[in-house]
Amino acid sequence: MHPILGTVLQRILLGVVTLFFVSLIIFSAIEFLPGDFTQAVLGQAATEETVAAFRKELGLDQPAPVRYMEWIQAVMSGDLGTSFSGRNASGIDRSRSVVDLIEPRLWNTLFLAAMAAIVAVPLALFLGITAALYRNSVYDRVVNASTLTTISFPEFFVAYILILFMSQLWFDFPAIASVNAETPFWERVYKCILPALTMTLVIVAHMMRMTRAAIINLLASPYIEMARLKGISKSQVILRHALPNAWAPIATVIAFNLAYLVVGVVVVEVVFVYPGIGQLMVNSVTTRDIPVVQACALIFAATYIILNLIADIIGIVTNPRLLHPR
Amino acid sequence: MMSTDNNDTKNTDSTDENGQKGDILLEMRDVHIDGFSDEKWHHIVKGVDLTLRRGEVMGLIGESGAGKSTLGLAAMGFAQPGCKIVSGTIKFDGMELTKASENEKRALWGSRIAYVAQSAAASFNPAHRLIDQTVESTVNSGIRSLEEAQADARTLYASLQLPDAENIGDRYPHQVSGGQLQRMMTAMAMSSRPDLIIFDEPTTALDVTTQVEVLVAMRDIVERFNTAAIYITHDLAVVAQMADFIKVLRYGNEVEEAETRQMLTSPKEEYTKSLWSVRALTKPEETSDDVVIEIKNVDAAYGGSVKVLHDINIKLPRGRTVAVVGESGSGKSTTARVITGLLPPMTGEVLFNGEVLPKALKDRSKDQLQRIQMIYQMADTAMNPRHTIAEIIGRPLEFYHDLSGKAKQDRILELLHLIELDQTFYDRIPSELSGGQKQRVCIARALAAEPDVIICDEVTSALDQIVQEGILQLLLRLQRELGISYLFITHDIATVQAISDEIVVMYQGAVVEQGLKSEIMSPPYPEYTQLLLKSVPEMDPDWLTNLVDDRL
Repeated sequence: MHPILGTVLQRILLGVVTLFFVSLIIFSAIEFLPGDFTQAVLGQAATEETVAAFRKELGLDQPAPVRYMEWIQAVMSGDLGTSFSGRNASGIDRSRSVVDLIEPRLWNTLFLAAMAAIVAVPLALFLGITAALYRNSVYDRVVNASTLTTISFPEFFVAYILILFMSQLWFDFPAIASVNAETPFWERVYKCILPALTMTLVIVAHMMRMTRAAIINLLASPYIEMARLKGISKSQVILRHALPNAWAPIATVIAFNLAYLVVGVVVVEVVFVYPGIGQLMVNSVTTRDIPVVQACALIFAATYIILNLIADIIGIVTNPRLLHPR
Repeated sequence: MMSTDNNDTKNTDSTDENGQKGDILLEMRDVHIDGFSDEKWHHIVKGVDLTLRRGEVMGLIGESGAGKSTLGLAAMGFAQPGCKIVSGTIKFDGMELTKASENEKRALWGSRIAYVAQSAAASFNPAHRLIDQTVESTVNSGIRSLEEAQADARTLYASLQLPDAENIGDRYPHQVSGGQLQRMMTAMAMSSRPDLIIFDEPTTALDVTTQVEVLVAMRDIVERFNTAAIYITHDLAVVAQMADFIKVLRYGNEVEEAETRQMLTSPKEEYTKSLWSVRALTKPEETSDDVVIEIKNVDAAYGGSVKVLHDINIKLPRGRTVAVVGESGSGKSTTARVITGLLPPMTGEVLFNGEVLPKALKDRSKDQLQRIQMIYQMADTAMNPRHTIAEIIGRPLEFYHDLSGKAKQDRILELLHLIELDQTFYDRIPSELSGGQKQRVCIARALAAEPDVIICDEVTSALDQIVQEGILQLLLRLQRELGISYLFITHDIATVQAISDEIVVMYQGAVVEQGLKSEIMSPPYPEYTQLLLKSVPEMDPDWLTNLVDDRL
């Protein structure tokens, strides 16, 4: 077996272990949330008997460790449980399974994230590489200043400014990204342009600056000076000699920002009224819909872990010392 | 892909249509170069002239800071970041490099002027296969097609005696040894059959035994293709083997220039003579039966698996110096780590004054720690850059001797006096000191503990020869005055001659032999000792030639 496979397997295993610990943290954090779903639904007037009966029905009367075990077992078989919402004091059960609730929302969020990523990642790499190539030039300063400006404003501000100019004053892009399962692909893309642009503006600076820094950091190494003394052109020095050694830090920062696209977009979703998973989670926290909150938190954690795992693996396979051992 | 300069298409023959042997190839006149450091510009090269003809090899020697590397790079029209060529003319084959555009110079680099760097390990790109790097500029500048260049590279590898010349190019830099990389870099420089190669300390980082092979390979190939070369080094014996004539630099000025033999036999300037005299330092050997440290049957391993020391037995007589010699990887520094307790041995023991020392550092008493001290190769990294000299030397005084206040201050001044530094150094920080001064402070710190034994790990290797002599004389004087015993780890035989009473030869983690200096240095030798001693370059220009003849 190639030794790199072993390293990768080890990383994957570590990811699973991390996910397990995260599930523990999520579960206990929710245990500490003040308030109680039964009281939220039944109201102050409910008798103790009704509350107890309702708790029993939801399984909340079990001790925490038992509930954790049941939850984790169900999750491992792909069942995220049943939402608390849809139940009420009237006794009619209109609750839906968490998977059904989350699935369309998650798909929407991933769609938006993918749209932003497809624009933002190549743009950030291009800007970062060219800024490193022409460092300290006017171009470099303009790129740095403008990306810094966009990252310095809060997302909702960028979003409203974009709505003002792109949707009201200059162009006519939709200010509300209302999509549903039946929305055709290109209409979906059209409606998502402004939220995707907002997120692009927010994440490009970080990735671009890291790319620039990773390359410039390498430009001081002896092998770069050697490449210059071999008469290699400036652009080739960067593309052929610096970039292949800079992938590990760049991949890490890209993974970090992609994860942010999935888990950090709630503000953007609210501004553009986009039915994503972030909104769902915030709503569920307000209604104490514990199974949904837990499932969302677990999905967010898994996103971070998987993306960082991919970045780690990219770091490993682009390192010739690991890829080609002695 | 770069545009092809039509003048660059050349034959591989030793003489090409551009010129004959003896024509002037490179002419530098009154070159001044400034460098920027510590927030201001310094004059590094102060008006040096240099003339090099086709097929000639010039040796450029001097201590660090003499400006030799800067001058060597200037011969390519290149100034390192933070440096600028202020004035003067640099004419390469009729082309004025100080006025040439970046693109014009780039067309020369890698095709007509090549560069061989000091650290091949750091100068190869870790991400690309060696053969791709070897032929990169040759193919880029259109001198040869990729297939031709690769075939030619394999031939070059073979003529540089690289093992498995057909396939070694498919490896990555970390997969071959330092000596092989250095030869690889010579092949890379030679690939385009340049008119001029700049060798910048190409063997400084290598072991003596490896150095010989690299020197032979480089000399042969330069002769074969009649390439002109500038050979930059601080090692006189090496330059004597390589160069037709030698130029000595100091503080950015030329001291003198002469044909190699003439320079070796009758140097004119005082400075040059002093360079030559360093190697004459010797110590009469003495021995003693009173053993202060004895290493008995020690095996040691890193991480419990890779065994690096095999059954080591070394005796260190009191008040004497035992030099441990061997190439890198022979286990010299590991032995020092075992003695100090940094690496507990798997089996065997270390006796100090007849008592067994606890294996691990944490089990040793303060008294045991105090009596064995260590000095390192890199004085820079062995001192906290934020501490003043007084704090650095004062720390062991507080720790071992509970000194404070006036008593501590007096003792620090006394120690500074002992290492021949005056009291103005008291409040300075390491970055304000020269390399030799830093090493003296490290010696003072070791002395502050009042040890019986000092382990010196390559303490002079990073220093210039004149500074080395000063440090070695200081160590000898301290031994006479204070009766300290040294375990002196080094790979430099000249240093061994200067300081040792006894010698331990190590090879691949085992002791080859231990004995008095005179015994080890005279026949009969074990096979490895002979190889080691024969590999040390001598100040005789014919040494390398004779050595090669001997081997055939």
